Amino acid sequence: MHQTHHATELHQTSHSHHQEHHVIAVGTYFKIYLVLMALLALTVGAYYMDMGSHGINLVVAMTIAVVKAVLIVLFFMHVYYSAPLTWVTAAGSLLWVGLLLVFLLADYISRGFLSILGK
Amino acid sequence: MQTASTPTMPDAGGRQILLSHFDDLDQQHLSSNLGMWFFLVSEVMFFSGLIAAYAVYRAQSPVAFELASKHMDLVIGFINTLVLLTSSFTMALAVRCSQVGDNKGIVRYLIATGVLGTVFLGVKATEWKAEIDHHLFPGAHFVVPAEDAKAMQEASVGPDGQLDRTLYARTLGHFQMMFALYFFMTGVHAFHMIVGIAAVGIFAVLAQIRWFSGYGTTQIEVLGLYWHFVDVVWVFLYPLLYLIG
Repeated sequence: MHQTHHATELHQTSHSHHQEHHVIAVGTYFKIYLVLMALLALTVGAYYMDMGSHGINLVVAMTIAVVKAVLIVLFFMHVYYSAPLTWVTAAGSLLWVGLLLVFLLADYISRGFLSILGK
Repeated sequence: MQTASTPTMPDAGGRQILLSHFDDLDQQHLSSNLGMWFFLVSEVMFFSGLIAAYAVYRAQSPVAFELASKHMDLVIGFINTLVLLTSSFTMALAVRCSQVGDNKGIVRYLIATGVLGTVFLGVKATEWKAEIDHHLFPGAHFVVPAEDAKAMQEASVGPDGQLDRTLYARTLGHFQMMFALYFFMTGVHAFHMIVGIAAVGIFAVLAQIRWFSGYGTTQIEVLGLYWHFVDVVWVFLYPLLYLIG
């Protein structure tokens, strides 16, 4: 037991210079917050704008939402300053959502393409 | 065995305790962080299932979704989004305080986050009450408002001028489905908020009594990840449920 104890101590000493994490300035957080507020106002503004079709409105609204989410993930959740493994994990969730939505909708959209019985 | 962590007890500089199964504090921090991230990825998939269902029904009956969305209060939704984004800001500041060792700041910002979260839930509850009172909760008491039924009937008239009864029935069904999705999505989101507020409250007390070593940097950051995730979910729910058409 004494040996483990000693090893732990050694490890910590040799790596202790790593333990400082990137501290983001309050001003940066506040700027991100203001941008999020502006994007929120933009979402509501875009809702009142007539863009010709509801499809375009949806694309605009979702694009703004994605930008907001990316800002929150990168800065509020510190992914921008995190280890590559955290990056991969966060990006992985996007990949799976993409696969789910793309294949599901591709199926539903293409069902009417051919009039095959039992399709 | 208890003594294994003794030499790494917090010193005057407020260093974190290193648990014996980790090599160093960095590894310990990354492990906790990744653990929360893996959970959040599974949560993303959970909410994506609902959003996928939403996408399919909305693609089939855009008119029904548009009419249903008109019953949701855009201004209340806007205020709630504002409140939630602000709570994310205060949460980010609480995490920052834990990084720079400002214990009072941690407690203050965690309380602010919890209060804002509670405000969100309060607003949400009044909103639900109004909708339930208007018979818009799916189930036996659900009533399609007459003007919406009329609009959906008009939208279901085929090119030959005849009412397409199948289409009309499906549109009416999907009108109710929009409310099923709305109550389920916002309900599950509210459940996540309740869990988050409870955790934030507990963490505020723990920070106040200095229960954490090293100002709980890792723990509070991981809690922050969860809180921000719940905020991100709302960022998508707001335009999808309130801002259609």
